[in-house]
Amino acid sequence: MREEYELTVIDSSELSGYALKMKRDNARLVQICAVSVPGGYELSYSFAKGYEFINYRIVIDEDTRIASIGDIYPSAVFYENEMKELFGVKVDSMYLDYNNKLYRIEQETPFKK
Amino acid sequence: MGKRSVVPFGPQHPVLPEPIHIDLVLEDEKVIEAIPSIGYIHRGLEKLIEKRDFNDYLYVIERICGICSYMHGMGYCEALERIFDVEIPDRAKYLRTIWCEMSRIHSHLLWLGLLADAFGFEALFYQCWRMREKVLDMFEASTGGRVIFSVNKIGGVLKDMDKDMLASFVKEFDAMEDEIRKLCDVFLTDYTVESRLRKVGILTKEDAIATGAVGPMMRASGIEIDTRKTGYAAYSNIDFKIITSNDCDSYARCEVRIKELFQSFDIIRQAVAQIPDGELSIAVKGNPDGEAFMRVEQPRGEAIYYVKANGTKNLDRARVRTPTFTNLTPLVKILQGCDYADVPILILTIDPCVSCTER
Repeated sequence: MREEYELTVIDSSELSGYALKMKRDNARLVQICAVSVPGGYELSYSFAKGYEFINYRIVIDEDTRIASIGDIYPSAVFYENEMKELFGVKVDSMYLDYNNKLYRIEQETPFKK
Repeated sequence: MGKRSVVPFGPQHPVLPEPIHIDLVLEDEKVIEAIPSIGYIHRGLEKLIEKRDFNDYLYVIERICGICSYMHGMGYCEALERIFDVEIPDRAKYLRTIWCEMSRIHSHLLWLGLLADAFGFEALFYQCWRMREKVLDMFEASTGGRVIFSVNKIGGVLKDMDKDMLASFVKEFDAMEDEIRKLCDVFLTDYTVESRLRKVGILTKEDAIATGAVGPMMRASGIEIDTRKTGYAAYSNIDFKIITSNDCDSYARCEVRIKELFQSFDIIRQAVAQIPDGELSIAVKGNPDGEAFMRVEQPRGEAIYYVKANGTKNLDRARVRTPTFTNLTPLVKILQGCDYADVPILILTIDPCVSCTER
């Protein structure tokens, strides 16, 4: 049996609203996954509500700044630090910013293409 | 207000087999705040996908960690099988289930041993690891490897276990179950053990959801979710009840893992009784094109595999969200307000795997 899941592309300005809706529905944030695409990034925010696996995706260009959802989901902060350090995604208002020292790597944004 | 001081914990510490650093802000003997930091062994294995053929990358992903190696390989294969839209033979599904549960048994025994060692019960540590060796022997007998055994392939498995071998494993597990039951009586009833674990490191159900806890860490806070219930491998044909506890403390996390050991023995027995004859794999041709998420219940909790392919032999992205990475936030939560002396035990109760975290 193969698990089914939803994947919805949303605008980056809608992200906080969707995160709040998930929080109100008692869903868990289970991951934020960044992918480097030409000229920008695809960011997938995955939530689990019971066994429902719900994914919201935003597609942004390199210069777009996104708002942290750490105030809604505290667990977002490590994912956000990861995508900032490895991919160069610009994240505002993180409650804990490791300033590119989460992984202590020498190369700047190695996963950015 | 007492005097505040910052005490560094790790990256090298007797209870830590792998390096992780935590700055502990203390007020007298109480932890006020904990700030974890990782990055001592980051290897950038996800970056390697740009240089490796997607088939070869299976051997890279299995080397993320020595404890979860098998399930990393299986999760990656199942994600690619979803992209290829192939269904593997039933026998392969059951074999994957059996190896998954054997991995869970050896991982939980390893953790119980480390926990016993952390609270100074060395004889218990030796006994747990002695039992674990028996599982490693079974891995060696069935796959040729004790730690990383590379029996997965995209489309099925590479090795089989015949009826005699499966019967001998069940017999071995029956004997192990009796021995482990005696060991677990110590974990669950010994006064010293209880005094170190009861009412220590409380993570409420609400906090477990808010902080993104997974696996036994989450189930010990009363949340009845186990990714095996999504039905990957042969789990949709296996009857098992999710193990939870409402105590929300370190003892509950220990208790859940112990009960999961016996649950794994039972799942193996069911799988051996049900396993059909048949092929081990099906041929998968061409290069993958598309993307897929795959969730797997590892011993430490839910892991998420994401694969994005472009029709060539090199993938655009292969990502593994490991359970320890997401269990860092609940760790910070349970450390807040704890006694300084409890910090090593609390770090252990998330069953940290730093290799996975820093894949």
